[in-house]
Amino acid sequence: MTDPSDTSLGDTPPEGTHDQDYNFAYLDEQTKRMIRRALLKGLAIPGYQVPFASREMPMPYGWGTGGVQVTSACLVPDDCIKVIDQGADDTTNAVSIRKFFERTAGVRTTEKTGEASLIQTRHRIPETPLEEGQILVYQVPIPEPLRFLEPRETETRKMHALEEYGLMHVKLYEDISSHGHISTAYAYPVSVEERYVMDPSPIPKFDNPKMHQCPAVQLFGAGREQRIYALPPYTDVVSLDFEDHPFTRLRNDGVCGLCGADDTYLDEVIMDDEGTRMFVCSDTDYCATRIEEAAE
Amino acid sequence: MFEISGLSKEFHLHHQQAARIKVLEGVNFSVLAGECVALTGESGSGKSTVIRLLYGNYLANQGAIRIGGLNVADAEPREILEMRRITLGYVSQFLRVLPRVPTLSVVAEPMMNAGAGEAESLDKARTLLTRLRIPEQLWSLSPLTFSGGEQQRVNIARGFIHDYPALLLDEPTASLDAVNRATVLDLITEAKGRGAAIIGIFHDQAARDEVCDRSIDISQFAAMA
Amino acid sequence: MNPIFSVRDITKFYGNQKGCEGVSFDLYPGEVLGIVGESGSGKSTLLNVISGQLEPDQGDVLFDTRHAGMVSTTAMAEPERRMLARTDWAYVHQNPRDGLRMAVSAGGNIGERLMNIGARHYGDIRETASGWMGRVELDTGRIDDRPSTFSGGMQQRLQIARNLVTGPRLIFMDEPTGGLDLSVQARLLDLLRNLVRELGLAVIIVTHDLAVVRMLAHRVMVMQRGQVVESGLADQVLDDPQHPYSQLLVSSILQV
Repeated sequence: MTDPSDTSLGDTPPEGTHDQDYNFAYLDEQTKRMIRRALLKGLAIPGYQVPFASREMPMPYGWGTGGVQVTSACLVPDDCIKVIDQGADDTTNAVSIRKFFERTAGVRTTEKTGEASLIQTRHRIPETPLEEGQILVYQVPIPEPLRFLEPRETETRKMHALEEYGLMHVKLYEDISSHGHISTAYAYPVSVEERYVMDPSPIPKFDNPKMHQCPAVQLFGAGREQRIYALPPYTDVVSLDFEDHPFTRLRNDGVCGLCGADDTYLDEVIMDDEGTRMFVCSDTDYCATRIEEAAE
Repeated sequence: MFEISGLSKEFHLHHQQAARIKVLEGVNFSVLAGECVALTGESGSGKSTVIRLLYGNYLANQGAIRIGGLNVADAEPREILEMRRITLGYVSQFLRVLPRVPTLSVVAEPMMNAGAGEAESLDKARTLLTRLRIPEQLWSLSPLTFSGGEQQRVNIARGFIHDYPALLLDEPTASLDAVNRATVLDLITEAKGRGAAIIGIFHDQAARDEVCDRSIDISQFAAMA
Repeated sequence: MNPIFSVRDITKFYGNQKGCEGVSFDLYPGEVLGIVGESGSGKSTLLNVISGQLEPDQGDVLFDTRHAGMVSTTAMAEPERRMLARTDWAYVHQNPRDGLRMAVSAGGNIGERLMNIGARHYGDIRETASGWMGRVELDTGRIDDRPSTFSGGMQQRLQIARNLVTGPRLIFMDEPTGGLDLSVQARLLDLLRNLVRELGLAVIIVTHDLAVVRMLAHRVMVMQRGQVVESGLADQVLDDPQHPYSQLLVSSILQV
């Protein structure tokens, strides 16, 4: 009988092997085939939302069930994965998902962007430029960029099919009319290859330009909404804007208090209850690498 | 300008014991440009019915009504509308306009409908309202709030603002005082002078004598019921 | 002059239930056609069919398009028909909530049709929207307010501005004054009448209010049990109705 006080997930199996109670990378092979078909279709039609039969995963919706399924379908034993949550490798969500794949797939893990063959991300794109051969998997809460303006799914599908995207600009118009500028700061809509309008998941709009002509494969998974979409390498991704209110990147005006970077996306950290604060890089790996390099 | 032949009119009231009321039969007359003709006959003889048939407001059962080349009796609705816009003016006894529209716009409307510019039309409306002695402070109000005589004059202004080649007048001088009556008769004379063909109903014998060239007794066309 | 819109022998059944049957008419630029009849007479079915929202069982609907002349809209591909609905056609709903985006500001509501056809200059869109607010007698200072803060009459005028901004040539209206106070109705009718004259619009207006027909329509069609029982010049049909049903309708108007 097991000890009820033991709440650990059990021992991590030896490196290079995985927990034999599970199929490799948790999902069964049929499910992975189904997801791969959806991924291939998504890659063939960049920006188009492909419906897929999302499975129940051993984690709640909102924790990346879509991303985990996409990662699971892509993993091979040689992979080296990195998981980030808002740019950080060491938050609960990132650690849990990394451990999940360590145990069920036995793959190597890393915090270094450059070493990873597959990166699963929640709401950031790493600062280190991605390269050919890498896969970036996004966790997506709401894949439909038109959702908040047009609640009917039948209608939004038709709008995508017929390229009726005026409504997207209505949203931006509303931004400018109430704030004087486009105040949408994350999940900023993009046009893919001048065809589909796509929600890039809630990444800050600072990251939007990184999607354009990116050498890596970018895959998007929405578990609860059961949608997969994708950007093959070197795809044109343009942020929507007005001629007289062009798209601008947005970052906190400051430098990283740890590594001194002045061109990265910064998080604000409150230091005490008297209003002292500092900015640090949201991308922990990028920041740590810069500090190491500076020390050498 | 007007050429009416073999015109007859019968009302078929389906919901009142399916009554058939024959009003007019074999109406024949014509009116030339520059001529003013009075329709006469006792009350109920069908004078107003003739006017309404001519304007296309009532549907003719038989016969032809030629006004400037168009046979109103079998014309398409849009042809009749075009005729009313350009050719045929009508001063009825009742003012039927949208509530809350200022008098000045009400008067200028027919001229704008006939294709004139807004400024020009408003100018002419002001001139006419002044001539007809509608006080300027009333111009921005709806004529529906006016007295009977004032409404009548607004109606007259609407009928004379565009230079229609043909005019129908239903009691244009009724309920007017002597001064305004004179102005209306002047307007009629001016319209004749520029060559308009006019058909009118005038209970006012003196007015009839002053502006009309001849009379047509409608009772001769009364249908034998 | 050629018709801008031609309806030929339109028939629509709902199962065994007749919606409308054998309806034909031509509409010319600048012409306002009123369709009257009581509830269930088929006038709304007819409007839905000819405005492309319902497929007819029989008959054809032709529209004089800018590029290709008279084209059958029933045979048109859906993208083309939707494009038409966003540009050369407009549809004014009885309830402004059906025709407006209540969560979007007045300016955004008017600007949407412009953005739909590719307008991408914020300043220009806003200027056009503001101009149209003025034209329909709305306070331009309220351009950033949501329609939910407007009165019913203002919402209806906003809906009209939103529809007219792309310069449509044909407008369908379903009881546009239906939900409004009497005092507001007159003002709206006056506005519509002026816009029709200035812009040379062709309008098809479905209503059961004969006063609206008298004030706005040039021509009228009376419908009963799915069929047109009488049609003609608006004032002639109202003052000298020929068909028993038209006579009943006209004689049933309440006098004030």
